[in-house]
Amino acid sequence: MRLIKGYPVSLKEKEFHYCPGCTHGLAHRLIAEVLDELEIREEAIGVASVGCSVLAYEYFNCDMQQAAHGRAPAVATGIKRVHPDKVVFTYQGDGDLASIGLAELIHAANRGEKITVIFINNAIYGMTGGQMAPTTLPGQRTSTSPAGRSSSETGFPLKIAELLSTVEGVAYLARVSLHDPAHIVEGKRAIKTAFEYQLAGRGFSLVEILAACPTNWGMTPLKALEFVRDEMLKVYPKGVYRRLEK
Amino acid sequence: MRVIVFIKRGALLMKRLMTGNEAIAEAAIRAGCRYFFAYPITPQNEIPEYMALHLPEHGGVFLQAESEIAAINMVYGAAGAGARVMTSSSSPGISLKMEGISYIAAAELPCVIVNVMRGGPGLGGIQPSQSDYFQAVKGGGHGDYRLLVLAPASVQEAAGLTAEAFVLADYYRNPVLILADGIIGQMMEPVTFEDIKPGENIAKPWATTGARGREPNIINSLYLDPEELEEHNRKLFRKYEEMKESEQRAELYRMEDAELVLVAYGTTARIAMTAVDMAREKGLKAGLVRPISLFPFPERIIRSTIRQSSAYLAVEMSMGQMVEDLRLAVNGERPVYFYGRTGGVVPTAEEILERIEILAGGYEGCA
Ligand SMILES: Cc1ncc(C[n+]2csc(CCOP(=O)(O)OP(=O)(O)O)c2C)c(N)n1
Ligand code: SF4
Repeated sequence: MRLIKGYPVSLKEKEFHYCPGCTHGLAHRLIAEVLDELEIREEAIGVASVGCSVLAYEYFNCDMQQAAHGRAPAVATGIKRVHPDKVVFTYQGDGDLASIGLAELIHAANRGEKITVIFINNAIYGMTGGQMAPTTLPGQRTSTSPAGRSSSETGFPLKIAELLSTVEGVAYLARVSLHDPAHIVEGKRAIKTAFEYQLAGRGFSLVEILAACPTNWGMTPLKALEFVRDEMLKVYPKGVYRRLEK
Repeated sequence: MRVIVFIKRGALLMKRLMTGNEAIAEAAIRAGCRYFFAYPITPQNEIPEYMALHLPEHGGVFLQAESEIAAINMVYGAAGAGARVMTSSSSPGISLKMEGISYIAAAELPCVIVNVMRGGPGLGGIQPSQSDYFQAVKGGGHGDYRLLVLAPASVQEAAGLTAEAFVLADYYRNPVLILADGIIGQMMEPVTFEDIKPGENIAKPWATTGARGREPNIINSLYLDPEELEEHNRKLFRKYEEMKESEQRAELYRMEDAELVLVAYGTTARIAMTAVDMAREKGLKAGLVRPISLFPFPERIIRSTIRQSSAYLAVEMSMGQMVEDLRLAVNGERPVYFYGRTGGVVPTAEEILERIEILAGGYEGCA
């Protein structure tokens, strides 16, 4: 037997605390593989946010700072300004990035901070028990939209990739999904490209990852992946939304 | 900026006429601060403006953040990355920074924060005030923590304390707050920077610099296990105890034979000194203790004056905040009175003298 892929060096050998079928673990692994392939683990400084992935600093095998809820892009700005030669990334959920931290996100993007943001959009607040997020789909039931999200009362899914596509400091911007192997390969390619843009000093890069939260969606892991494929991708089309010359 | 040459004990001393805000910025640069993140607010705008102009000359980074929240989190990132870093603001902006300051204190990161206080609450006003004392010395944000708080009473002292703040921040791995009022920030006085040297660059092996050839470093304030968090908080408080042991500072003014002891800090202390002089001319034995460290509060110095004193009078530009720490220090052994103006109104020496005279007359009606 031949080992095709081993455990990424950029991940600590620690069991994830994530629920079965959660996308966080998969996204962690893809980032770690990219850090390995680009040989930047020892140059990398990651910023963990507040959400189910708050313990990301326990998993990534590189220097890490844990940031206050929503403030990861500001923290990453501080780090990158001190160490312009290092690779700085944030890992944020949709409550963190698209709700409480929207200002920090947009301004870091607009300044063209040479950081990479990995944005996990699971359309819900996972850690606090399944409340509505700005990204929750119309009609989607959550613990704070028990009758389903009413757009006339609580607005529409906030489309971060589309929103940032006009921001001039953004060098690379993509939305991907990880619901099947082909999309996982595509998703990893986008993550790698985002880091390459940072390494080339081209500006701000972000990958929005459509993710499943089976626990708070009240679905089996399989059903949750189908929901990503059949419902989320309709509202959040995948694609590259901005890409400067490298 | 005007340059004045003073002849002091035969030596030529180059002094520059500067505002307190500018002096704070210049002192920070000289102390080795190379990163500055802030958002504009009166009456401290001269600090970011000075930094914008001069920090790049020293290879540093000035960045105007999108908010005070972003600014303090940039400070968290930069401090965690090992840099000597500062932010400044005024009262409403400091309120916004409080969550970040709590994180910085919890993660034990060194940095310097300047609050040039204006009147509150709410949007309040833009005139000088001392009404953020509680917020400064009792923690301010959420959780069990303290800042080391220093209060300058002149432009020269603002410069000196700012420079020293970086050394103390590194030593204690704790944020240091310079608590100034709008007058200290705005007034011009001659100042020299000759004594200010870049603080020694102490090693920061804990900083996030990229895990090259070592185990990863983690900057964090999350402790999910309550026992662990309690242990962490106890560790923080051992540090605060060390500060109480080593950092209590105050200036004594005409205290040799003083019986009525005024206690005031910052601009108010300057005015209180004049009031003490006026009282002395009238034969009243007044003196002043001027706290320089507000956390730790100089309770040992206060207590050393109890035997000679008949009463204490706290004077503040607030409705009465520091007076509570004074009462704790005096511990009921002498009466403690309060006189304050607030909302941006600055007390006059005459008003304070009036209170001294009332107290000397034995009235208890001073409030
Ligand atoms: C200032 C502040 N407000 C609220 C919270 C509580 N909180 C923790 S995680 C979270 C939402 C996280 O949701 P998301 O970013 O979508 O990440 P997920 O858990 O879904 O991965 C909230 C509101 C907090 N920690 N800090
Ligand atoms: S609650 Fe949702 S986001 Fe959080 S670990 Fe479980 S599945 Fe993942």
